[in-house]
Amino acid sequence: MTTARAALPAPRLNAVPPSADDVAALERTWRDPPGIVGWFAAINHKAIGKRFIVTAFCFFVAGGLLAAAMRMQLARPDNHLIGPDLYNQIFTMHGSTMMFLFAVPVMQAMSIYLVPLMLGSRSVAFPRMNAYAYWVYLFGGLMLFVAFALNSGPDVGWFAYPPLSGPDYGTGKRADFWAQMITFTEFSGLLEAVILISGVFKLRAPGMTLNRMPLFVWGMLVTAFMVMIAMPAVMLASTSLITDRLVGTHFFNPGEGGDVILYQHMFWFFGHPEVYLIFIPALGFMSSIIPTFARRPIFGYSAMVLSLIATAFLAFGLWVHHMFATNLPELGKSFFTAVSMMIAIPSAVQIFCWLATLATGKLVFKTPLLFTLAFFFVLVLGGLTGIMLASVPLDLQVHDTYFVVAHLHYVLIGGAVFPLFGAFYYWFPKMTGRMMSERLGKWNFWLFLIGFNVAFFPMHLLGLAGMPRRVYTYGAEMGWGNLNLLATVGAVTIAVSVLLFIVNVWRSLRVGEVAGADPWHAGTLEWSVASPPPACNFEAIPVVGGRDPLWEPEGIRGHVAGLAVDSREVLMTTVLDAEPETRESFPEPTIWPFVGAVATTVFFVGTIFTPWAVAWGSVPVAIALTAWFWPKRHENRAHLALERAP
Amino acid sequence: MSAVHDQVSATRQSGAVAGAPAVEGGVLDVRTLPSFGFGPRSLMWWGTAGLMTIEGTVFALAVVVYFYLRSHAQLWPMRSPPPELLWGTLNTAVLIASAWPNQLAKRAATRLDRRGVQLWLTVCTVLGFLILLLRGLELTALNVRWDADAYGSIVWMIMLLHTTHLVTDTWDTSVLDILFFTGPLEGKRYVDVSENAVYWDFVVLSWLPLYAVIYFGARG
Repeated sequence: MTTARAALPAPRLNAVPPSADDVAALERTWRDPPGIVGWFAAINHKAIGKRFIVTAFCFFVAGGLLAAAMRMQLARPDNHLIGPDLYNQIFTMHGSTMMFLFAVPVMQAMSIYLVPLMLGSRSVAFPRMNAYAYWVYLFGGLMLFVAFALNSGPDVGWFAYPPLSGPDYGTGKRADFWAQMITFTEFSGLLEAVILISGVFKLRAPGMTLNRMPLFVWGMLVTAFMVMIAMPAVMLASTSLITDRLVGTHFFNPGEGGDVILYQHMFWFFGHPEVYLIFIPALGFMSSIIPTFARRPIFGYSAMVLSLIATAFLAFGLWVHHMFATNLPELGKSFFTAVSMMIAIPSAVQIFCWLATLATGKLVFKTPLLFTLAFFFVLVLGGLTGIMLASVPLDLQVHDTYFVVAHLHYVLIGGAVFPLFGAFYYWFPKMTGRMMSERLGKWNFWLFLIGFNVAFFPMHLLGLAGMPRRVYTYGAEMGWGNLNLLATVGAVTIAVSVLLFIVNVWRSLRVGEVAGADPWHAGTLEWSVASPPPACNFEAIPVVGGRDPLWEPEGIRGHVAGLAVDSREVLMTTVLDAEPETRESFPEPTIWPFVGAVATTVFFVGTIFTPWAVAWGSVPVAIALTAWFWPKRHENRAHLALERAP
Repeated sequence: MSAVHDQVSATRQSGAVAGAPAVEGGVLDVRTLPSFGFGPRSLMWWGTAGLMTIEGTVFALAVVVYFYLRSHAQLWPMRSPPPELLWGTLNTAVLIASAWPNQLAKRAATRLDRRGVQLWLTVCTVLGFLILLLRGLELTALNVRWDADAYGSIVWMIMLLHTTHLVTDTWDTSVLDILFFTGPLEGKRYVDVSENAVYWDFVVLSWLPLYAVIYFGARG
């Protein structure tokens, strides 16, 4: 026993305050390895988080360019810029990209970067799995765009209903690429949900009870639970679709006992909660930005948390309102109408809490707050048309028209993209160490707000005038030309606004004002560390004493001593009260998650072409994942030096 | 490697851990905390619980699809005889029986008993492969192909979903078993064994309703 101890390296533990040597050792320990191989081996949550955010934003731009192409085609009647076949691919790619490659992942991406910093932790829960999930997501998105470039982009709408997407009508491989894109992205999203829940429950700084957790983290926690219940449904739906197409199953073939409406149930059991997977994290952005720029703590914290949870439950009770035009029992539909109306209650509770915070605060009108305030205006308009669409007769009247297109963009852009841009401006200084330009930010904001309303408000009127969605052109005699031209002008304005945002990011990275740790004088833990944060996040883990630790006199009651500085050791705490519980050694960077993701990609893409890929494709995956797990001797020695059994 | 094991059990027996440390003079010293913990104290437990929630949802949805299709069919099975009971029932019995050595492996892990873990993980691995063999025989006795009709499709979907779990967890168990013979070991690996056992319990328990659906949903 003593000989075994003596053979092990003596661990170095941190002091409080940490010495310069401690800080240097922590930086060496927690940073990702250098070089190209090191880049592929990176597992630090900030590196992966930034890549995830940038990747999701690139897909946002790509999806936006597809939208711009559609607006050009629709700008005047009888236009022949884009033919019907390409147009089908473009609108499907636009919807699929925005929903599956941008809106849901970007929220998880923000949380990968921010949550450990907000919780006072050095890492996300499973850092290697986190890297793996990123690569899987990236490769899934690239696969979709490669298919599109090869004229095999999906062309059956972003929800890919059979029979149109089934083997009889959806010939070629187009719908298969869509179905496998779902497998990639939802697999990645599910892993991220597990990582987030584990981290939130076990990796909070001591003293950060659940009752003191930032509302953004609450939002992400609720979202992660919803992901775990919702995403399996769409994976099952897309897998059934692809087996119908590839190996002759009959899930959606009425001739052999299948049912196409079953697909709609499975899709929307995911699809409606998905709206909340996008919306609830955005509510978290709101709850972070509003207190900072109102200069006071949030009003009604407990009511906010309970509203988030209520929203999550109710979100699973309204999927059928997407199916009001099917032959389901009318009485059943009225239940879904009721729930669709009821979910407005917890949303309203949150809106009133924010309004109370704003009304009693001293507002600082910086760009993040402007984007947040736009939420109220735009989302309320989307919410009003939502209440209209929740009623069956009205929904039937405008089903599959531009009225629905207008509604969903008001809800999703108003409810998620405006707060997201606010969040970019808010946390950009933390991530990069530099402020973004306020002047460009205000131009970005006003052009986006005006452009958005000019683009999408006319679509309400077009829908009421009977213009169906997903048509590649229309006749001049329909009288839809002027409003469509107006919408295109709005779309161009949005494009200019997003371009200004990119310019702002690019300029600020180089010449932006140096931000310092806490440029907004905010209250949560991420602002207590340098910008950008050191590799280990916190040189000493804080002991938290309040909801806004930086604003309260006893907000930080001390710091943690006795964690290793020369090995990746993290402090784990109890689920409810965040009492210190164990010190756990975390894994080091490795190339294997990347290799595993490549193997997984070969597996998933292979199955599009042959079912046998399930057999041979799983072998490299198993090898990569086993190599990833297999402990390395030097890591093992470092861990043993710190080992203390329970 | 036995030195490592001795070290692990010796520190455990020393019982160095008292209650949670407190903040004194702005310092919270955590050096006396254990470096791993079992069950909900470990991250691995939460990760496994998350996977079980996801996969449990998948199974539940697959069962819903089964009964949805059944409610839309005039005859069920649509034109084939129901699956034969022999292999499925035998395999169910073996699966239930496998929970016992699995539990013993878990207990050995919480005792940090390396030899016990080696023994019971090996038994679990062997049983895993036996169960996979029996599953192969089960698949030959379903009396329907996946491309025959919607009934065949959902039966095969459920069977393959569960078989995927059997394959992956048998693989996990084998890898852990080999690691316990070759090393390098540390306390966290005992936690892995413990949480792997929890996952196997899930694979067994989730099979019971699936067995009822596959074999008796086609008979009632």
